[in-house]
This record gives sequence, C-alpha cells and structure tokens, in this order.
Amino acid sequence: MTDAPVLRLSNITKRFGATLANDDISVSLAPGEVLALLGENGAGKTTLMSILFGHYVPDAGTVEVSGVTLPPGKPRAAIRAGVGMVHQHFSLADNLTVLDNVMTGTESMLKLRSSTAAAREKLLAIAARFGLAVDPDARVGDLSVGEQQRVEILKALYNDARILILDEPTAVLTTLEAERLFVTLRDMAAKGLSLIFISHKLHEVLAAADRVVVLRGGKVVAERQAANTTRAELAELMVGRRVARPVREAATPGAVILEAIGVDVGRRLTGLDFTLRAGETLGIIGVSGNGQTALAHLVSGLLQPTAGDLRLFGEPMSRDGVRAVVKAGIGRIPEDRNAEGAIGEMSLWENAVLERLDDFSQNGLVERDRARDFARSIIEGFDVRGGSPDSRIRLLSGGNMQKLILGRNLITRPRLLVAAQPTRGLDEGAIAAVHARLLEARAAGTGVLLISEDLDEVISLADRIQAIVKGRLSPPVAAEAVDARMLGLMMAGDWQQEAQDAS
Amino acid sequence: MRLERRPHRPLVLVVLAPILAIVAALLISGGLIALDGANVLDAYWQILLGAFGTRLGITETLTRATPLMLTGLAAAVAFRARLWNIGAEGQFYIGAITVAAVASTLFAGWPPVLLIPASLAAGALGGMLMLLVPLGLRLRFGVDEVVTSLLLNFVVILFVSMMIEGPLKDPLAFGWPQSVPVPADAMLPKLVDRTRLHIGLVIAIVVAIVIWLVQSRTVFGLQSRAAGLSPPAAIFAGVPLGRTLVVVACISGGLAGLAGAIEVMGVKGYVTTDLSPGYGYSGIIVAMLANLHPLGVIAAALFTAIMFVGSDSMSRALGVPSYIADVTVALSLLTMLVSIFFTQYRIRR
Repeated sequence: MTDAPVLRLSNITKRFGATLANDDISVSLAPGEVLALLGENGAGKTTLMSILFGHYVPDAGTVEVSGVTLPPGKPRAAIRAGVGMVHQHFSLADNLTVLDNVMTGTESMLKLRSSTAAAREKLLAIAARFGLAVDPDARVGDLSVGEQQRVEILKALYNDARILILDEPTAVLTTLEAERLFVTLRDMAAKGLSLIFISHKLHEVLAAADRVVVLRGGKVVAERQAANTTRAELAELMVGRRVARPVREAATPGAVILEAIGVDVGRRLTGLDFTLRAGETLGIIGVSGNGQTALAHLVSGLLQPTAGDLRLFGEPMSRDGVRAVVKAGIGRIPEDRNAEGAIGEMSLWENAVLERLDDFSQNGLVERDRARDFARSIIEGFDVRGGSPDSRIRLLSGGNMQKLILGRNLITRPRLLVAAQPTRGLDEGAIAAVHARLLEARAAGTGVLLISEDLDEVISLADRIQAIVKGRLSPPVAAEAVDARMLGLMMAGDWQQEAQDAS
Repeated sequence: MRLERRPHRPLVLVVLAPILAIVAALLISGGLIALDGANVLDAYWQILLGAFGTRLGITETLTRATPLMLTGLAAAVAFRARLWNIGAEGQFYIGAITVAAVASTLFAGWPPVLLIPASLAAGALGGMLMLLVPLGLRLRFGVDEVVTSLLLNFVVILFVSMMIEGPLKDPLAFGWPQSVPVPADAMLPKLVDRTRLHIGLVIAIVVAIVIWLVQSRTVFGLQSRAAGLSPPAAIFAGVPLGRTLVVVACISGGLAGLAGAIEVMGVKGYVTTDLSPGYGYSGIIVAMLANLHPLGVIAAALFTAIMFVGSDSMSRALGVPSYIADVTVALSLLTMLVSIFFTQYRIRR
C-alpha cells in the first residue's frame, strides 16, 4: 500500500468504568480501500467508530484524517473532514421525503430560503454516480429497509463524505439486499471512496472487504488481507478459540407431530402443506417478508387458520390462542426477541414465566419464589450470563437474552419447537450455542420447525427444507439432496420448474 | 457532556427523586414568593403552620388528601398499563352525580350499612363506564385516549351542570345550581367530631394498600405491567391485551368515580360544579410524584394537600396570593419528571 492513508487511528484507548473497551488500537485506511472491522459483540468495534466519529472522547490516542488531527468529541469536525457514518439504527424521519431527510442539518437555520432545487440536483448527481437509485420525493416511511439504508448512505455522501463508516450494515437486510449493498460498496471504493464496515459475519467480510482487522476484547488481534485468509481462520481469531458450529447427525424421525393440509391464514398464507415429525427439523427458507412471520405466529398460537386443516398430534389444533399452545407443549422462539420475546424493563424471572403464568400461580397470586427458582435453573442450565433472576433483562446481551428465551422453552421439554430466526443478530459464539441446543432438542425427540433466512443455518440444522414464497410453501426436499442453486430457485418460487426439470 | 443510560436505577435515587423534586419546586416557588416581597422562610413556615398548626388544619389537610389519593391511584394504575387516563376529573363528577341521583331515589330508605356501600359502588360504576368509552374507542378504532378522555371531562361538567339545573336540581336551594342532597343516612361517618374529616381517608389508604398488593403479587398485576411495557411481547406471551386494559380501565375509572362519591358523601352532601378544585388533574401530578407506586400516592397526596391547605392560610397571613400552591404543585410535576429522568440517565463528561 503505497498511498498515504486517508485515515489513521493511533493508539486509541477508551475505558468505561472497569471495562477497557478499546486498548491501544491503531488502524489505518488507504484511499479506495474497503476495510472490515470484524469482532464479536462487545469487542469494541462500535466504541472505536464512535471515537472516530467524535461521539466519544478517547482516554488516549488520536484520529487523523488525511494527516490532520481531528479534535476529540466533535462530530461536526468529523463530518467536515469528510467522515460519514451510517448507523445500524437509521436516523431518518419517517414522515419526511428522501430529499428533506438528506438536506436536514446541512442548511443554516438562519437562512430563510432553502435551496431545494440545488439540493435535488446534487442528490440526483450523487445517486447517479454511485448507482444508488432512489426517488427524492418518496416518503422515507414508505421505503423498504434496504432503500432506507440507501438514503442513509446518500445522506453521508451528500455531506461530501470521502470516508464512509457502516455499522453492521447488513443487520437489517435480507440476503439479497445485503449482496446488492456489497456490490454498491465495491463500486464506491472503485470510485475513490474509502470505506470501513463493521461486522461479525464472516462470509460478508470475506466477500466485500480488501482487508480485515479483527478485534477481540478491545484489542486488535490480527490483520489479514481478505484474499489470504479463510473463514475458519477468521472465526478462530474473532472468538479466540476454535469454534465449530455443531453438525446434525442422522436420526430416524418418529410420529407426526404437526401436520398442515391446505392451511390458509387470510391472504397472508395460502394452501400450506407440511408435516413435522418427532425428532426431526423442518427448515423453512425464504426471502424476508414472504410470510415467515405469519407462519411462526400461526404455529405459536397468535394467528388462527382461516381454512384448511392444522393438526397437532393428529387432533385439530386448539384455537384458544397462546395459552393453549403453550400448555400443549409447544415451545416458541419469536423472530424479534426484543419486541416479542422479552420485555426489557421486566426482570429475568418475570420474563421467564410470563407466558406460563398458569403454572406459576395459585388463585391468581404469582408464586414468586417458584418463578425465581425456575429462572435460576434456566440461568444455570443454559449458561445465561450477566444477570440474576431479579435483574432486568435489558441488561443481558442479545446472545444471553436468546439463551434465556431458549431455556424457558426447552427446560420443559416441549414436543414441538417453533424457532423463528433463532440466531438473527447473534455473534458466532452465541450462534454455536443456540445451534447446539436446537440439535439437542431434536435428539431428545422434539420436532423443530426452523424458520430462518440464514441458508447456512438451515442447511446445517434441517432434515428437510421447504421454501416460503408469497405465503406459499414449496414441497419439501431432503437436506442431503440440495445445493445452493436449487435453494435459490426454490426461494425464487421456481419449484414447479425444478420439478419439471427433474422429471 | 452527554447523557448515558444507567444500567440500574439505584434504589437510593428512586427514593430520593420525589424528595429532591419537591425541594427543587419549593426553591423555585420561593423565588416567586420573594418577588412578591414576602419573606420566603416565613411563607413556608406559615404554610406548614396552616396545614399542621391546628387540629382543624390537620383534619382539613387529611380531608383534602383523601380525594387526591383516590384520583392519584386512578392515574397511577392506568399509567402503569400505559392507559393514559386524563379523564379522572370527569369520572370524579360522574361518580358524584351518580350518588346524588341514586342515593335518595333508587336506594331510598335503605339502612346505612347497605346504603353507604351501595352508593359508593354506584359512584365507582359511573366512573368505570366513563373510562370504558375512551378505551372502547381506542381498542376498536385506535383513537388516542389522551384526547378522548380529556375532552370527555368538559362533556361531563356540562352534563352535571344540566342535571343540577334540571332534573336533579335541589328545589330548596333558593335557585342555586346544586343537586338534591344525599340522605343523611348516606353521609360517611366522621373520623373526628366537629371537623370535615371522614372515614373516606381510611377507605383511600386501604384501597392504596390493596392495589399495591394486586400489582406486586397477582397474575393480573404482572400482566397489566407487561401490557403497558410492551404490547407485542404481552400478546406473544398470551396476555389478553384488550381484557387486561378493560380491567385496568374499570379500576382506574372506578377509583376516580369513587373519589367523587366519597367527596359528596363525606364532605358536601350535594353536587355543585365546583365540587372539585381540579382533583382529577391534580391526581395525575400525585401519581407522577409517587412514581406510579400505590403507596407513594399516599405521601404524594399528602404533600399536595399540605400545599393547598397551607398556602390558603399563608396567603391570609402574608398577602402572597394562594395561587402559589398551584404553582408549586405544578412545578413539582416538572421537577419530578426531571428527577425521574435522572434516575434512568446520568450525565457523563
């Protein structure tokens, strides 16, 4: 790398109370380079980027942009120096148009007229240059998540960013949107921008970056050229030990647990046919927004079939909703653990028993001691770290929160487990733990309905796979018989075609 | 400097928050008293003296605190389930006018042991129905209950006006707009003779304790808190959201209605349109000062009553307008909101 770096972070140290979030970190970025900052949750990635962007003042160390040192703790100075940040959670106003959002904060409040026409021209020029097509007059609230992210990127570019930082850019995107994003990022780098993106997903780091800096426990533990490393090496560097996702072993499925014959749920799901047996995992793949949520809610007791036959253990499934479903021995892992799975301001024990209060109450009184014991046994049995039964659940990391949710479902040995996006947003270590638990449940005879957008996850865990497309399910295929191309066709809705090809 | 969310809410701060809020409110209103030319310390001394200095002062303070406890509980119960009942004032009046309407007609001639509970229940029922209207609109059509419950207050006041100048007008009141009186048998027993203090205070305190137990110990308490904190998670966990809110509304509206019934049966004996000096609205402040804790409501209601009763006599002694009580109580809401905020966040440099 002969070019002088456009960005240099030197010896950054930042301490929060007793924890050393960043320990003497030095990173530099060359012009036109895509750098990935890889690390598990809590490795210090976001802290480092917040220091770069002036949100935090480092305890030691400097940030230089093109050789000029930035004053610490001044986001405006960072913006002026050409640093743009795209946060994981967008900072867009839903009720304003794309153009309004992009212009926000760029004009002086004292100016009476805003030069919308010039701004529109500039926005369109940038959009055309980087291939980020977007309608400037669309309301941001009407856009898809992927488009909103595009607006967020455009906003940074509009502020003349030459260095773009993306914090976990794919966390909210579907696989397809993520792939499209990486093409855009490569293109932007080719046009002279320098990019840093933060991630804990190995495959996207390898796919999109030139160079990878691995952080662990607040320190830089390794730096690799993306071309000269492997997934296994990065995983080991990131976690600090060998992690292998557990693998499924062959098993003979038992009796039919759940069977759907031509089930409709309004127009959201139509003509569903599937069978789930004891000790088997049925994987449902698909691009986000094709009915996964409705399917998970259907089996979780939140939605009722409007037509067709849904049978649990051979009997028509109770229509009495969630309580009956829980009582029947169905474990449920919701796809959004923060919105549906847990209530942040409530304690661990309250979160542990909320869906089974019938079992933990007498005459309408909550049996608090028994509930605490229940929570304690989950904490011990499922290795939930960072809280006691009485601490509030929002203090737990995503992985530990998910372990608690898994625990409260698996500890009672359910006969059926609905796992919707069970590892979304988790780091590599937590993913391995969740996978191990799902396989354990399967081995113990639980029928697992795994609904996931992560193809690798489904291929490694499921015995049979069906794709969900626009609320319809493809016929099942055995996991052993599939390859990526076939799954891609299934997710695109081409299974009829596939069947014809085969014949 | 930046704000940072605290991982825990330190218990010390949670307890200190209302105290600091009240001190801050008193300091600020002290500035206003000084602006009026009076000695600030003297003014506060006079307020205390007025509220506690005499037997009459003490009983009067407790009498004023009684409806505030009940409306405070009404707000606290509702707000905890994120049901924004701003209509306690209207529910209070409905409770009051219901008692006036039924005590001497429907329940005429009943013995006090039946008449008093039946009348209180009737008042509470009136308040309940009054809050079920906005809740129904929210559950059915998604109408914001802040607006509907607030606006219903004005509807109710006009309705009460209409009643006490029309069908329920007291024919013996020389043309004054007031309702027919409740029968003497329906009046609540006094706690202290020759004062206005009545058994309603005991009822209010008992109710506060019961509500505290319900919230902390029962399935319903846990479910209503879950429904308030996160509706999607509550639905996922099988909490019957609509039903829970209906029960919460019945309790909240019922308590505000009960406050009105008790005020009529304990103090005044009949209904006028100035029966409540804003008890329903002050109840919101009381609930916030109590951090929505049912037992805290008792203390917060006492503070508010002290300010109202004490500043009346302070104003007679020093000539500072007694509006200072309204100002202080209102300020205490603002300072309390700031205090609550700082139990959750801290300032970092």
